[in-house]
Amino acid sequence: MSPEKIEGLPREMIALRVSREVQDGMYVNLGIGIPTLISNWIEGKDVCLQSEIGMLKTGALADGDQVDQDLINASCQAVTELPGTAYFDIAESFGMIRGGHIDVAVMGALQINARGDYAGWSNPSRGLFVGNVGGSMDLCAGAKKLYIAMEHTTKDGEYKIVNELSYPATALGRVSMLFTDLAVIDITPKGMVLKEVMPGLTPEMVQSVTEPKLIIDPNCKEMEL
Amino acid sequence: MNKVLPSLEEAIADIKDGAIIAIPGFFACGVPRALLQALIKKGTKNLTLTCGCGPLLGAADELKQLTLNGQLKKVIDSYGLFRSASKGMQDPFEQAIRAGKIEFEVYPMGTMAEKYRAGGAGIPAFYTPTGVGSVMENIVNEITDKRTPKETKVINGKKYILEYALQPDYAFVHAKYADTEGNLRYAKTARNFNHVMATAAKITIVEAENIVEPGKMDGDNIHTPGIYVKRIVKVERPKFAITID
Repeated sequence: MSPEKIEGLPREMIALRVSREVQDGMYVNLGIGIPTLISNWIEGKDVCLQSEIGMLKTGALADGDQVDQDLINASCQAVTELPGTAYFDIAESFGMIRGGHIDVAVMGALQINARGDYAGWSNPSRGLFVGNVGGSMDLCAGAKKLYIAMEHTTKDGEYKIVNELSYPATALGRVSMLFTDLAVIDITPKGMVLKEVMPGLTPEMVQSVTEPKLIIDPNCKEMEL
Repeated sequence: MNKVLPSLEEAIADIKDGAIIAIPGFFACGVPRALLQALIKKGTKNLTLTCGCGPLLGAADELKQLTLNGQLKKVIDSYGLFRSASKGMQDPFEQAIRAGKIEFEVYPMGTMAEKYRAGGAGIPAFYTPTGVGSVMENIVNEITDKRTPKETKVINGKKYILEYALQPDYAFVHAKYADTEGNLRYAKTARNFNHVMATAAKITIVEAENIVEPGKMDGDNIHTPGIYVKRIVKVERPKFAITID
Protein backbone atom coordinates (compact mmCIF):
# COMPACT_ATOMS: atom_id res chain seq x y z
CA MET A 1 0.00 0.00 0.00
CA SER A 2 1.24 3.48 -0.84
CA PRO A 3 1.81 6.05 1.86
CA GLU A 4 -0.26 9.24 1.75
CA LYS A 5 1.35 11.61 -0.74
CA ILE A 6 2.63 14.98 0.51
CA GLU A 7 2.61 17.95 -1.87
CA GLY A 8 6.17 19.19 -2.07
CA LEU A 9 8.18 22.06 -3.51
CA PRO A 10 8.08 22.81 -7.23
CA ARG A 11 10.93 21.39 -9.33
CA GLU A 12 12.59 24.82 -9.63
CA MET A 13 12.92 24.97 -5.83
CA ILE A 14 14.61 21.56 -5.71
CA ALA A 15 17.04 22.92 -8.31
CA LEU A 16 17.59 26.08 -6.24
CA ARG A 17 18.43 24.03 -3.16
CA VAL A 18 20.95 21.86 -5.07
CA SER A 19 22.52 24.99 -6.55
CA ARG A 20 23.66 25.99 -3.02
CA GLU A 21 26.05 23.02 -3.09
CA VAL A 22 27.62 24.23 -6.34
CA GLN A 23 30.57 26.41 -5.43
CA ASP A 24 33.06 28.64 -7.22
CA GLY A 25 35.73 26.73 -9.08
CA MET A 26 33.65 23.59 -9.67
CA TYR A 27 33.25 21.68 -12.94
CA VAL A 28 29.69 20.37 -12.93
CA ASN A 29 27.60 18.07 -15.15
CA LEU A 30 23.81 18.31 -14.98
CA GLY A 31 21.58 15.44 -16.09
CA ILE A 32 18.25 15.65 -17.89
CA GLY A 33 15.15 16.87 -15.98
CA ILE A 34 15.34 18.67 -12.61
CA PRO A 35 19.18 18.82 -12.67
CA THR A 36 19.14 20.90 -15.88
CA LEU A 37 17.08 23.55 -14.02
CA ILE A 38 20.03 24.11 -11.65
CA SER A 39 21.69 26.13 -14.43
CA ASN A 40 19.03 28.83 -13.80
CA TRP A 41 20.30 29.35 -10.25
CA ILE A 42 24.09 29.60 -10.59
CA GLU A 43 24.37 32.94 -12.38
CA GLY A 44 27.21 34.96 -10.91
CA LYS A 45 29.04 31.89 -9.62
CA ASP A 46 32.41 30.96 -11.08
CA VAL A 47 31.17 27.50 -12.12
CA CYS A 48 31.83 25.64 -15.36
CA LEU A 49 29.06 23.42 -16.76
CA GLN A 50 30.24 20.44 -18.78
CA SER A 51 27.85 18.99 -21.37
CA GLU A 52 28.82 15.45 -22.32
CA ILE A 53 27.99 16.21 -25.98
CA GLY A 54 31.41 17.93 -25.96
CA MET A 55 31.26 21.40 -24.40
CA LEU A 56 32.73 23.20 -21.40
CA LYS A 57 31.28 26.50 -20.16
CA THR A 58 27.78 25.82 -21.43
CA GLY A 59 25.79 29.06 -21.43
CA ALA A 60 22.13 29.87 -20.83
CA LEU A 61 19.31 28.45 -22.96
CA ALA A 62 19.12 30.05 -26.41
CA ASP A 63 16.11 32.04 -27.46
CA GLY A 64 14.76 33.27 -30.82
CA ASP A 65 17.58 34.31 -33.16
CA GLN A 66 20.20 32.85 -30.82
CA VAL A 67 19.09 29.29 -31.59
CA ASP A 68 21.77 27.41 -33.53
CA GLN A 69 21.07 23.79 -34.46
CA ASP A 70 24.80 23.07 -34.10
CA LEU A 71 24.82 24.18 -30.45
CA ILE A 72 22.83 22.08 -27.99
CA ASN A 73 23.38 20.74 -24.49
CA ALA A 74 23.17 17.08 -23.51
CA SER A 75 19.47 17.48 -22.71
CA CYS A 76 18.94 18.43 -26.39
CA GLN A 77 18.17 22.08 -25.67
CA ALA A 78 19.54 24.94 -27.77
CA VAL A 79 22.10 26.79 -25.63
CA THR A 80 24.51 29.71 -25.91
CA GLU A 81 28.26 30.16 -25.53
CA LEU A 82 30.06 31.98 -22.75
CA PRO A 83 33.43 33.71 -22.94
CA GLY A 84 35.87 30.78 -22.68
CA THR A 85 33.57 28.06 -24.03
CA ALA A 86 35.45 25.04 -25.39
CA TYR A 87 34.21 22.31 -27.74
CA PHE A 88 35.72 18.83 -28.09
CA ASP A 89 34.88 15.41 -29.43
CA ILE A 90 32.93 12.74 -27.60
CA ALA A 91 35.86 10.45 -26.69
CA GLU A 92 37.59 13.43 -25.10
CA SER A 93 34.36 14.34 -23.31
CA PHE A 94 33.92 10.91 -21.75
CA GLY A 95 37.63 10.69 -21.07
CA MET A 96 37.30 13.74 -18.83
CA ILE A 97 34.18 12.24 -17.24
CA ARG A 98 35.60 8.78 -16.48
CA GLY A 99 39.00 10.27 -15.72
CA GLY A 100 37.77 11.97 -12.56
CA HIS A 101 37.84 15.59 -13.76
CA ILE A 102 34.19 16.42 -13.03
CA ASP A 103 33.66 17.67 -9.45
CA VAL A 104 29.90 17.12 -9.20
CA ALA A 105 27.34 15.33 -11.34
CA VAL A 106 23.64 15.81 -10.55
CA MET A 107 21.23 13.23 -11.95
CA GLY A 108 17.55 12.41 -11.75
CA ALA A 109 16.43 9.01 -10.46
CA LEU A 110 13.50 6.60 -10.44
CA GLN A 111 14.59 4.89 -7.21
CA ILE A 112 17.34 5.22 -4.63
CA ASN A 113 18.24 3.26 -1.50
CA ALA A 114 20.10 3.99 1.74
CA ARG A 115 23.35 2.49 0.40
CA GLY A 116 23.54 5.14 -2.33
CA ASP A 117 22.50 2.75 -5.10
CA TYR A 118 20.17 4.31 -7.62
CA ALA A 119 18.09 3.38 -10.65
CA GLY A 120 17.36 5.83 -13.42
CA TRP A 121 18.05 4.46 -16.86
CA SER A 122 15.30 1.95 -17.51
CA ASN A 123 11.70 1.78 -16.37
CA PRO A 124 10.52 -1.86 -16.58
CA SER A 125 6.90 -0.70 -16.89
CA ARG A 126 7.75 0.06 -20.51
CA GLY A 127 7.96 -3.68 -21.09
CA LEU A 128 11.44 -3.70 -22.64
CA PHE A 129 14.70 -5.30 -21.48
CA VAL A 130 16.55 -2.21 -22.74
CA GLY A 131 16.40 1.50 -21.98
CA ASN A 132 18.12 4.82 -22.62
CA VAL A 133 21.32 4.72 -20.59
CA GLY A 134 23.01 7.70 -22.27
CA GLY A 135 26.01 8.95 -20.30
CA SER A 136 24.59 8.33 -16.83
CA MET A 137 26.73 5.30 -15.94
CA ASP A 138 29.91 7.03 -17.13
CA LEU A 139 29.14 10.03 -14.90
CA CYS A 140 28.51 7.69 -11.96
CA ALA A 141 31.83 5.97 -12.58
CA GLY A 142 33.86 9.15 -12.88
CA ALA A 143 32.37 12.16 -11.10
CA LYS A 144 34.02 12.97 -7.75
CA LYS A 145 30.59 13.51 -6.18
CA LEU A 146 27.21 12.26 -7.35
CA TYR A 147 24.01 14.00 -6.22
CA ILE A 148 20.44 12.97 -7.01
CA ALA A 149 17.66 15.53 -7.50
CA MET A 150 14.17 14.07 -7.79
CA GLU A 151 10.62 14.12 -6.51
CA HIS A 152 10.36 12.31 -3.16
CA THR A 153 7.60 9.92 -4.31
CA THR A 154 6.02 8.93 -7.64
CA LYS A 155 3.03 10.82 -9.03
CA ASP A 156 0.83 8.19 -7.36
CA GLY A 157 2.63 8.65 -4.04
CA GLU A 158 4.62 5.40 -4.15
CA TYR A 159 8.06 5.20 -2.55
CA LYS A 160 11.00 6.22 -4.71
CA ILE A 161 13.32 6.06 -1.69
CA VAL A 162 13.23 2.32 -1.09
CA ASN A 163 14.88 -0.44 0.90
CA GLU A 164 15.83 -2.37 -2.24
CA LEU A 165 15.77 -1.22 -5.87
CA SER A 166 13.20 -3.01 -7.99
CA TYR A 167 14.32 -1.18 -11.16
CA PRO A 168 17.67 -1.87 -12.90
CA ALA A 169 20.52 -0.06 -11.12
CA THR A 170 22.47 2.72 -12.80
CA ALA A 171 25.25 2.55 -10.19
CA LEU A 172 25.87 1.06 -6.77
CA GLY A 173 26.97 3.02 -3.71
CA ARG A 174 27.88 6.20 -5.55
CA VAL A 175 25.28 8.75 -4.41
CA SER A 176 26.35 11.02 -1.53
CA MET A 177 23.46 13.51 -1.33
CA LEU A 178 19.77 13.37 -2.21
CA PHE A 179 17.63 16.45 -2.83
CA THR A 180 13.85 16.07 -3.12
CA ASP A 181 10.79 18.29 -3.02
CA LEU A 182 10.46 17.40 0.69
CA ALA A 183 13.95 16.94 2.09
CA VAL A 184 17.72 17.03 1.89
CA ILE A 185 19.30 13.71 2.84
CA ASP A 186 22.96 12.76 3.29
CA ILE A 187 23.88 9.21 2.35
CA THR A 188 26.42 7.91 4.84
CA PRO A 189 27.91 4.51 5.72
CA LYS A 190 25.36 4.37 8.58
CA GLY A 191 22.41 5.08 6.28
CA MET A 192 20.28 8.05 5.23
CA VAL A 193 20.63 11.11 7.45
CA LEU A 194 17.80 13.64 7.24
CA LYS A 195 19.44 17.10 7.21
CA GLU A 196 16.66 19.41 6.05
CA VAL A 197 12.90 19.33 5.53
CA MET A 198 10.56 21.45 3.44
CA PRO A 199 9.28 24.42 5.50
CA GLY A 200 6.21 23.27 7.42
CA LEU A 201 7.07 19.55 7.47
CA THR A 202 8.26 17.46 10.39
CA PRO A 203 10.88 14.71 10.10
CA GLU A 204 8.10 12.22 10.89
CA MET A 205 6.12 13.39 7.86
CA VAL A 206 9.19 12.89 5.62
CA GLN A 207 9.70 9.43 7.17
CA SER A 208 6.10 8.51 6.32
CA VAL A 209 6.87 8.75 2.58
CA THR A 210 10.36 7.18 2.85
CA GLU A 211 10.71 3.40 3.05
CA PRO A 212 14.15 3.08 4.71
CA LYS A 213 14.43 4.24 8.31
CA LEU A 214 15.88 7.75 8.36
CA ILE A 215 18.49 8.90 10.89
CA ILE A 216 17.32 12.34 12.03
CA ASP A 217 20.27 14.69 12.25
CA PRO A 218 20.24 16.50 15.64
CA ASN A 219 20.57 19.75 13.69
CA CYS A 220 17.85 18.87 11.17
CA LYS A 221 16.26 22.14 10.03
CA GLU A 222 13.86 23.63 7.54
CA MET A 223 15.26 24.23 4.03
CA GLU A 224 16.23 27.84 3.37
CA LEU A 225 14.96 28.84 -0.07
CA MET B 1 44.49 13.45 -53.66
CA ASN B 2 41.04 14.83 -54.55
CA LYS B 3 38.37 12.86 -52.70
CA VAL B 4 35.34 14.87 -53.79
CA LEU B 5 32.59 12.99 -55.62
CA PRO B 6 29.74 14.68 -57.49
CA SER B 7 26.87 12.83 -55.82
CA LEU B 8 25.81 10.98 -52.68
CA GLU B 9 24.70 8.07 -54.89
CA GLU B 10 28.26 7.58 -56.14
CA ALA B 11 29.69 7.99 -52.66
CA ILE B 12 27.64 5.09 -51.30
CA ALA B 13 27.48 2.95 -54.46
CA ASP B 14 29.65 0.15 -53.03
CA ILE B 15 27.66 -0.33 -49.81
CA LYS B 16 26.27 -3.86 -49.89
CA ASP B 17 23.49 -5.62 -48.03
CA GLY B 18 24.68 -6.56 -44.54
CA ALA B 19 27.03 -3.58 -44.15
CA ILE B 20 27.83 -2.10 -40.72
CA ILE B 21 27.62 1.70 -40.77
CA ALA B 22 28.49 4.18 -38.00
CA ILE B 23 25.99 7.05 -37.67
CA PRO B 24 27.17 10.06 -35.63
CA GLY B 25 24.99 12.74 -34.09
CA PHE B 26 23.70 13.66 -30.68
CA PHE B 27 19.98 13.48 -31.35
CA ALA B 28 19.58 15.75 -34.42
CA CYS B 29 22.85 17.65 -33.87
CA GLY B 30 25.57 16.61 -36.33
CA VAL B 31 23.60 13.80 -38.03
CA PRO B 32 24.59 12.94 -41.63
CA ARG B 33 21.03 13.24 -42.79
CA ALA B 34 21.67 13.52 -46.55
CA LEU B 35 23.70 10.29 -46.52
CA LEU B 36 20.90 8.52 -44.61
CA GLN B 37 18.43 9.72 -47.24
CA ALA B 38 20.69 8.38 -49.99
CA LEU B 39 20.84 5.05 -48.17
CA ILE B 40 17.05 4.90 -48.08
CA LYS B 41 16.92 5.62 -51.83
CA LYS B 42 19.50 2.92 -52.54
CA GLY B 43 17.44 0.40 -50.57
CA THR B 44 20.39 -1.50 -49.05
CA LYS B 45 19.10 -4.18 -46.68
CA ASN B 46 20.19 -6.11 -43.59
CA LEU B 47 22.08 -3.09 -42.25
CA THR B 48 23.65 -2.72 -38.82
CA LEU B 49 23.75 0.94 -37.71
CA THR B 50 26.13 1.67 -34.84
CA CYS B 51 25.31 4.98 -33.16
CA GLY B 52 26.29 6.86 -30.00
CA CYS B 53 23.48 9.06 -28.73
CA GLY B 54 20.18 8.86 -30.56
CA PRO B 55 20.98 10.19 -34.07
CA LEU B 56 18.10 8.13 -35.41
CA LEU B 57 15.70 9.84 -32.99
CA GLY B 58 16.98 13.14 -34.40
CA ALA B 59 16.50 11.83 -37.95
CA ALA B 60 13.08 10.43 -37.08
CA ASP B 61 11.70 10.58 -40.63
CA GLU B 62 14.70 8.67 -41.96
CA LEU B 63 14.46 6.09 -39.15
CA LYS B 64 10.81 5.53 -39.98
CA GLN B 65 11.61 5.00 -43.67
CA LEU B 66 14.53 2.64 -42.97
CA THR B 67 12.27 0.64 -40.65
CA LEU B 68 9.24 0.50 -42.95
CA ASN B 69 11.49 -0.45 -45.91
CA GLY B 70 12.84 -3.36 -43.84
CA GLN B 71 16.44 -2.13 -44.28
CA LEU B 72 17.57 -2.56 -40.67
CA LYS B 73 18.90 -5.73 -39.08
CA LYS B 74 20.40 -4.22 -35.95
CA VAL B 75 20.95 -0.91 -34.15
CA ILE B 76 23.50 -0.26 -31.40
CA ASP B 77 23.14 2.89 -29.28
CA SER B 78 23.19 4.36 -25.77
CA TYR B 79 19.97 6.31 -26.21
CA GLY B 80 17.85 4.86 -29.00
CA LEU B 81 14.29 4.91 -27.71
CA PHE B 82 11.87 7.82 -27.70
CA ARG B 83 11.75 9.33 -24.21
CA SER B 84 8.00 9.16 -24.09
CA ALA B 85 6.78 5.58 -23.72
CA SER B 86 3.48 6.44 -25.41
CA LYS B 87 5.28 7.92 -28.44
CA GLY B 88 7.50 4.84 -28.50
CA MET B 89 4.50 2.52 -28.66
CA GLN B 90 3.35 4.34 -31.83
CA ASP B 91 6.80 4.30 -33.38
CA PRO B 92 7.44 1.68 -36.11
CA PHE B 93 11.09 1.27 -35.02
CA GLU B 94 10.20 0.45 -31.41
CA GLN B 95 7.40 -1.81 -32.63
CA ALA B 96 9.93 -3.67 -34.80
CA ILE B 97 12.26 -4.04 -31.78
CA ARG B 98 9.40 -5.42 -29.68
CA ALA B 99 8.45 -7.83 -32.47
CA GLY B 100 12.06 -9.08 -32.68
CA LYS B 101 12.38 -7.84 -36.29
CA ILE B 102 15.23 -5.44 -35.46
CA GLU B 103 17.97 -6.27 -32.91
CA PHE B 104 18.71 -3.47 -30.49
CA GLU B 105 21.80 -3.46 -28.29
CA VAL B 106 22.66 -0.90 -25.61
CA TYR B 107 25.98 0.37 -24.20
CA PRO B 108 26.77 3.40 -22.04
CA MET B 109 27.60 6.48 -24.12
CA GLY B 110 31.19 6.76 -22.99
CA THR B 111 31.72 3.09 -23.78
CA MET B 112 30.36 3.69 -27.30
CA ALA B 113 32.74 6.65 -27.70
CA GLU B 114 35.71 4.61 -26.54
CA LYS B 115 34.76 1.65 -28.79
CA TYR B 116 35.22 3.93 -31.81
CA ARG B 117 38.32 5.64 -30.43
CA ALA B 118 39.93 2.24 -29.77
CA GLY B 119 38.78 0.95 -33.17
CA GLY B 120 40.50 3.83 -34.93
CA ALA B 121 43.63 3.63 -32.80
CA GLY B 122 44.56 -0.06 -33.05
CA ILE B 123 43.40 -1.00 -29.56
CA PRO B 124 41.30 -4.20 -29.74
CA ALA B 125 39.58 -3.85 -26.37
CA PHE B 126 39.73 -1.86 -23.16
CA TYR B 127 38.73 -2.05 -19.49
CA THR B 128 36.24 0.53 -18.25
CA PRO B 129 34.75 1.25 -14.81
CA THR B 130 31.49 2.32 -16.46
CA GLY B 131 28.55 0.01 -15.80
CA VAL B 132 30.12 -2.03 -12.99
CA GLY B 133 27.33 -3.19 -10.66
CA SER B 134 24.69 -2.78 -13.37
CA VAL B 135 23.29 -5.06 -16.08
CA MET B 136 25.96 -3.56 -18.36
CA GLU B 137 28.26 -6.26 -16.95
CA ASN B 138 26.35 -8.31 -19.54
CA ILE B 139 25.52 -7.85 -23.19
CA VAL B 140 22.22 -5.93 -23.05
CA ASN B 141 19.80 -6.36 -25.92
CA GLU B 142 16.10 -6.71 -26.44
CA ILE B 143 16.24 -10.36 -27.54
CA THR B 144 16.32 -11.92 -24.08
CA ASP B 145 16.76 -11.08 -20.43
CA LYS B 146 19.01 -14.17 -20.15
CA ARG B 147 22.15 -12.17 -20.65
CA THR B 148 25.67 -13.15 -21.67
CA PRO B 149 28.22 -11.82 -19.16
CA LYS B 150 31.11 -9.66 -20.36
CA GLU B 151 34.62 -10.38 -19.04
CA THR B 152 35.60 -8.38 -15.96
CA LYS B 153 38.89 -7.87 -14.17
CA VAL B 154 39.93 -6.44 -10.81
CA ILE B 155 42.82 -3.99 -11.26
CA ASN B 156 44.33 -2.39 -8.14
CA GLY B 157 41.32 -3.54 -6.13
CA LYS B 158 38.69 -2.05 -8.44
CA LYS B 159 36.47 -3.93 -10.88
CA TYR B 160 36.41 -3.13 -14.60
CA ILE B 161 34.46 -4.41 -17.62
CA LEU B 162 36.18 -5.52 -20.82
CA GLU B 163 34.65 -3.82 -23.85
CA TYR B 164 35.67 -4.42 -27.46
CA ALA B 165 36.63 -1.90 -30.12
CA LEU B 166 34.28 -1.20 -33.03
CA GLN B 167 35.50 -0.95 -36.62
CA PRO B 168 32.41 -0.41 -38.76
CA ASP B 169 32.59 -1.00 -42.53
CA TYR B 170 31.58 2.62 -43.15
CA ALA B 171 31.13 5.86 -41.24
CA PHE B 172 28.78 8.57 -42.47
CA VAL B 173 30.12 11.92 -41.29
CA HIS B 174 28.64 15.43 -41.34
CA ALA B 175 31.23 18.25 -41.48
CA LYS B 176 30.88 22.01 -41.61
CA TYR B 177 34.06 22.39 -43.67
CA ALA B 178 36.14 19.95 -45.70
CA ASP B 179 39.02 20.53 -48.01
CA THR B 180 39.18 18.39 -51.13
CA GLU B 181 41.75 16.10 -49.49
CA GLY B 182 39.52 15.33 -46.51
CA ASN B 183 40.70 17.59 -43.70
CA LEU B 184 37.54 18.33 -41.69
CA ARG B 185 36.13 20.86 -39.27
CA TYR B 186 32.86 20.48 -37.43
CA ALA B 187 30.60 23.15 -35.94
CA LYS B 188 30.39 23.46 -32.16
CA THR B 189 28.56 20.54 -30.53
CA ALA B 190 27.84 18.97 -33.94
CA ARG B 191 31.32 17.43 -33.66
CA ASN B 192 30.20 14.85 -31.06
CA PHE B 193 30.68 11.34 -32.54
CA ASN B 194 31.74 12.49 -36.03
CA HIS B 195 35.49 12.50 -35.43
CA VAL B 196 35.84 9.17 -33.60
CA MET B 197 33.61 7.41 -36.10
CA ALA B 198 35.69 8.82 -38.98
CA THR B 199 38.79 7.28 -37.39
CA ALA B 200 37.17 3.90 -36.67
CA ALA B 201 35.53 2.97 -39.98
CA LYS B 202 37.19 1.14 -42.85
CA ILE B 203 35.63 3.63 -45.29
CA THR B 204 34.59 7.12 -44.14
CA ILE B 205 32.18 9.06 -46.32
CA VAL B 206 31.73 12.77 -45.56
CA GLU B 207 28.85 15.08 -46.38
CA ALA B 208 30.21 18.63 -46.05
CA GLU B 209 28.38 21.94 -45.98
CA ASN B 210 31.41 23.69 -47.48
CA ILE B 211 34.28 22.31 -49.55
CA VAL B 212 37.46 24.35 -50.02
CA GLU B 213 40.83 23.88 -51.75
CA PRO B 214 43.80 22.50 -49.75
CA GLY B 215 45.54 25.34 -47.93
CA LYS B 216 42.33 27.25 -47.29
CA MET B 217 41.89 25.64 -43.85
CA ASP B 218 44.17 26.55 -40.97
CA GLY B 219 46.36 23.50 -40.38
CA ASP B 220 46.40 24.29 -36.67
CA ASN B 221 42.63 24.01 -36.49
CA ILE B 222 41.72 20.76 -38.21
CA HIS B 223 39.49 18.40 -36.22
CA THR B 224 39.86 15.31 -38.42
CA PRO B 225 42.97 14.95 -40.60
CA GLY B 226 42.28 13.80 -44.16
CA ILE B 227 43.99 10.42 -43.70
CA TYR B 228 40.76 9.10 -42.15
CA VAL B 229 38.53 10.27 -45.02
CA LYS B 230 37.85 8.39 -48.27
CA ARG B 231 35.04 10.29 -50.02
CA ILE B 232 33.47 13.76 -49.76
CA VAL B 233 30.21 15.13 -51.17
CA LYS B 234 28.90 18.70 -50.92
CA VAL B 235 25.47 18.99 -49.29
CA GLU B 236 23.16 21.82 -48.31
CA ARG B 237 23.06 22.71 -44.63
CA PRO B 238 20.34 20.46 -43.21
CA LYS B 239 17.36 21.85 -41.33
CA PHE B 240 15.90 20.08 -38.34
CA ALA B 241 13.99 20.66 -35.15
CA ILE B 242 15.86 20.58 -31.83
CA THR B 243 13.74 18.30 -29.69
CA ILE B 244 13.54 14.96 -27.97
CA ASP B 245 10.38 13.45 -26.62
